Order: sequence, then structure tokens, then C-alpha cells
Amino acid sequence: MKSNMGKILTTAAIAATVSATAGAGTLDDVKSKGFIQCGVSQGVPGFSNADEAGNWSGIDVDACRAAAAAVFGDAQAVKFTPLSAKERFTALQSGEIDMLSRNTTWTYTRDTALGLDFTAVNFYDGQGFMVRNDLGVTSALELDGATVCTEQGTTTELNMADFFRKHGLSYVPVIVQKADEALAAYASGRCDVFTTDKSGLAAHRSKLAEPNAHVILPETISKEPLGPVVRHGDNQWKDIVTWAMFVQVNAEEMGITSKNVAKIKEESKDPAIRRLLGAEGNMGDSLGLGSSWAYDVIAEVGNYGEVFENNVGPNTPVGLPRGINNLWTEGGVMYAPPVR
Amino acid sequence: MSENTNTNTSFLNDAGNRALIFQAVLLAVVVFVGYYLFSNLQANLETRGISTGFSFFNEPAGFPVLIHLIEYTEADSYGRAFAVALINTFVISLLGIILATIIGVIMGLARLSNNWLVARLATVYIETLRNIPLLLQMFFWYFAVLAAMPHPRNSIVFGDFFINKRGIYSPNPQFQDGSGFVLAAFLLSIVGAFFIVRWAKERQKATGHWFPAYWASFGTIIGVTLLAFVVTGFPVEFDLPSKSRFNVTGGMVLVPEFVAVLIALSTYTGSFIAEIVRAGILSVNWGQTEASRSLGLPDGKTQRLIVLPQALRVIIPPLTSQYLNLAKNSSLGAAIAYPELVAVVMGTTLNQTGQAIETIGLCMLVYGSLSLSISLFMNWYNKRMSLVER
Repeated sequence: MKSNMGKILTTAAIAATVSATAGAGTLDDVKSKGFIQCGVSQGVPGFSNADEAGNWSGIDVDACRAAAAAVFGDAQAVKFTPLSAKERFTALQSGEIDMLSRNTTWTYTRDTALGLDFTAVNFYDGQGFMVRNDLGVTSALELDGATVCTEQGTTTELNMADFFRKHGLSYVPVIVQKADEALAAYASGRCDVFTTDKSGLAAHRSKLAEPNAHVILPETISKEPLGPVVRHGDNQWKDIVTWAMFVQVNAEEMGITSKNVAKIKEESKDPAIRRLLGAEGNMGDSLGLGSSWAYDVIAEVGNYGEVFENNVGPNTPVGLPRGINNLWTEGGVMYAPPVR
Repeated sequence: MSENTNTNTSFLNDAGNRALIFQAVLLAVVVFVGYYLFSNLQANLETRGISTGFSFFNEPAGFPVLIHLIEYTEADSYGRAFAVALINTFVISLLGIILATIIGVIMGLARLSNNWLVARLATVYIETLRNIPLLLQMFFWYFAVLAAMPHPRNSIVFGDFFINKRGIYSPNPQFQDGSGFVLAAFLLSIVGAFFIVRWAKERQKATGHWFPAYWASFGTIIGVTLLAFVVTGFPVEFDLPSKSRFNVTGGMVLVPEFVAVLIALSTYTGSFIAEIVRAGILSVNWGQTEASRSLGLPDGKTQRLIVLPQALRVIIPPLTSQYLNLAKNSSLGAAIAYPELVAVVMGTTLNQTGQAIETIGLCMLVYGSLSLSISLFMNWYNKRMSLVER
């Protein structure tokens, strides 16, 4: 009886939260409250991380800021909710947040069974392994018998299991609830190996006491396309988040940056650029936004290249090469449909 | 008079009928609210395209679990992963309850000790551990244990035992043919020991002669089992741990996550139990002890036969709450990678399948039933102890 009561109560609690936020018009909700509630990580440098003053920065944070710039013309109209890996989908499903931008991998199950929609990819990643230099390991295939630390509730857990099974290697999994504690366990010597997406490895390595004493192994064991997620069924909101990202990629392709966007808007004769920046026609109408939505995204947040360089590029503590995330014209896979 | 009033009161004014009506209305409201919430939930889940049901239980889990007492690989189903987690929760709760009780009784007695140092030490222990949040203690034990231990390459070695950051490695006994006989002998000797104790009690009641029954039965169990081992020619082989490139492999391992959770749970709850034990003992009138002494009973027997049985009646009800707390607090183990129910089901399974309502509901059901069974057992025990009262 007691246990039944418990079950009823959970159902009740969840039913109540879901019903309170039912309804599709996220754009209207967002407009009426004046900001976007954005789910981010609890601290992954370069992706979503808060400084001492509580200011958030990172590639994922900029995805939220781009959406805010598109809707309000103000990239600061965002409030952030730090979420653990296992909390993130429930937070979005229940309507606690308007969009989830938390280095989340686009997978079949997540896109189809969870009532979620992935919008666009803002970072192409893959899972890798980090070990101490002094172990003398040069390839992930040498990890037979190793102890591996990772964060709970991610695709990482499954990829790791698949990799070791595929290669017939034995291993000891230590799966910790939060990334920071998983890293602490690795740092204290509980594990030989720390595994997550390679971008995450670089970010976490920058947090360790001696970043140079650790090496990221060359193997990439999975495809991890990361990107912002919205609730399934709200197509207008999904379009806004998707195209805020596409605009940034198109802008980089056209050579438009946050610095020169004002000048280009006035001077450009190129009809594609004039359309994009709202100097000609109103592309924003069909999104339910103003004509300057794309201009605002570029002016307030920057093009994709700027976002990458500012947050995770070679000159930041995370120090990732552009690699596969370069434009398609530069040998990468960043390719966005045209704005027309 | 009463007959008169009964016939005169209308149906609605009858106390019994009224009670029934109120209860029926309340029940109807509860059922309706429950139905409304449930159907609302179903409708919402459907419009959001979130799949429901427990069919995922048969699908392969694909993730590893650090501690599994039954056979488990990544190819097994979510259902099996759930069973593994359930066993881990039961094991840590049961061991935690046993250890916490031992620690609590010792510390409770120590705080009452006439020895100044012992009493003060017990006080410091109790007041420190009672007043620090359990989660903090878990982190402390986990990272303190990890920090204090050497790297696997510099393991502390005692014969075939290795101790390092990855755990305590010991030889793992592998039972061969004939060990069934040994097990049978062991079980038989326990039955035998039980009869010895009973016989000794009967004899003492009848004749007053005392017989060292506990020592005798202990000896019987050890002796018979050893004899069985010798007769069958030691049908046990040991899988010995040995150093490999990264870790010590083979043998049996006690991982630091388990050790940290167990220490944290048992010392924390032990500090509360200590106070309960102290209160129970102090509740027994001093005259009982004096009476026992004047009958010539030694101090040990005074405690065991006179004070503790009476103290137990005061101790058991609050002790039950502590046991319930411990079982529920075991869910904090998820924070330091102990793969119990919350970690495996509400953590990994929920995230991989997205079935939030099913997994959380299941966990609540399990904790509810676990608590209820502890409660039932303790109530039964409490009743048994109360019957002794005269």
C-alpha cells in the first residue's frame, strides 16, 4: 500500500508538471516572459562554463544567445539552467527549459523516442580516451585490463562498452554521477583512463593540475554530432533554433563577421547578403520574427568561425584545432542550407 | 433509552452511516484525482511523442556495471541490469544495517563507560558523525580512501592479498567437486549446534547445571566442517590475484566505491544507533542492576540477561527508523559510483531509454517495498520482545 502510494504520487507529480506546461507555442511563451530558459552543462570549459561572476560562455551558450538574438535582438536575454547529463532530457520534456544546449549527441533513439527534436549540429565530435603520459600507452587498443572512469547517463557509457567488446578487451567501468567527480576519481588514480567526447577531454584536461601530464589517445571510437535540442512538435521554435545556427555558418561562408556586419549591410550589392541581413525583403516573417533577426545573430554573437575561435579555438585554454568543424569549403563538414 | 434514540435518528444522523459516507466520498475523490492525473499524464505523453511502457526491459542494456553479484555482461537486458542493481542495493543495506548495529551498540555502551577516555572518545565520535551530512561523509571516505592508497604498481602486498587504489584483492575460492558434501556437513553442524544449545537450556532449567553451550556449538561447527574438508581432500582451489599491466587482475576484489559507501552508511547510522542504545539502557531502572548484583550475577550476565532485554523494548522502535533511513540513504551511493538502484536505473537506464516515469516509479516501488519489509520484520521482532514483559 505504501509503495503504491509512492508510485501514485510520482505519477501525480510528473503529470502535474507536464500538464502545467502543455501547449506548443514556445515562441509565444518566450516572448511573453522576455527571455529564453536554456539548459546547459554544469561546467565544460569552451562549451558551457560559468566564470566567477556567474557569466556563462562557450559554444553551447552561444547557441542559446544566437536564438535569443534572433527573437529579441538581444543576446543577453537568456537564463541558464545547469543540468547533469541524466537530468537534461527530463528538464526539456517537462518544459522547465525552452531549449537544451548541452553538448548533447544526436542519436536515433533520442530523436525518435524521447519526444525531442534535434535542430542542427554545432560541433562534430567523437569519443576518445585520455591517459597519463607515464603509462606509456600510445593506442586505445593497448587498454586491455584498464580501469575506465566516465560520467553517467551519456552515450559515452555505451560507446565505451561497445569499443571494448568489439576488440575483446577487458576493462573495469567506474561510472560516476557527475563529470567533475568522474574527473576527480581519474585524477586521484582510481582509473587509468578517462573517456568522453574528445572536445570534452580537451576541456577537462585544462582543468587538471598538470594538463601536460595527460595525453589524448589518437583513436576516435564514435560519431558524436552535438547540437541544441527542442521539444518535439513545436516546428516554429525548432526552425528558429535551427536557422539561428545556419545563419552563423552562412555568415562565415560569406565573410560576414560581428565586426563588419553593420558596414556590409549598408554597402553590399550582393542580393544573397542583402536578403540575409534584412536589407531586402523580410526573411524573418516566416519564422515569426523581425526582418533583422539574422543581422542580430551575427552582430551580437558572431559567425560560426568567430564562435569557435572565441570558445574552443587554438588560442583558448581548451585549444582545439578547427579540424572537421571547418567549413565545407575549407575541408570540414560544416555546411548550412542557403538562406533564400 | 438507547433503543429509542436509534429508531428516532434519521439515516444521515447515524454516526456509523456518516463515517461510511465520508469515507466513501474521500475514496471517490482520491480515485478520481488519481484517474485524472493518470489520464492527463497519458494524454500528455502521447501528444509529446514520448513512448511508454516497460517493453525496454527485454532490450539489451549495452552498458557495463562495476559490481555484479550475478552473471552480467553488456549484452544482457535492462531487466537483468535492474536485478543487478537491486541486489547491490540489498547487499549494501543489509551489510550496512548489521555493521551500524554493531558499531551503535559498542559506541552506545562506550559512551556509558566508567572509563573517562572511552566515554569521551565515544562522545566525540557520535557528535561528529551525527552532525555532518551523509553525502559529504561519502565523498570524504571515497576520496580519502583513494588518496591514502598506493597506485596499483606500488600495491601493498600481504602474501596473496593486494591493496591499492583499485581495491582490496584476495584469493577467490573456486569450489570443485565434493564441495557439496562440505556444504552439507556445514549445514548439518549448524543444526547440531542448535540442538546442543536447546539441550543445554533444558538441562539448566531441569537441573540448574550450566553447560558452555555456545563454545561447544561453535566448536562443533568448525570441527565438523574441517573434518568434511579433510575427508573430501580440500575440494577448493584459489584463483589468485596477480599484477598485470594496469591493474591487479584475478581473485576477488573489494572496490573502493563499495568500501566507502559501507563505511559512510554504517558509521553515520551507527552514531544515531549509539544514542538510541544509550537511551534504552538508561531507561532501565538502576534498581534492576542492584537487584541482579545482590543475587550474585556477574556484571556481564547482569547486562545480558537483565538490562539489555528490558532496554530492547525502548530501543527497537527508534532503531527501526534508523534501519529504514539506512536503506534509503544507500541511494546516495550513486554519487560515488556505487552501482545501486538509483545509479543504474534512474541514472543510466533512464538516460538511455528516456522512460522517466517508468524508471522513477519502479525505484519508488522498490524503496517502498524494501522499507516496508524492514518495518514488518522489526515490528514482528518488537512484538516478540514485548511478550517477555511481565
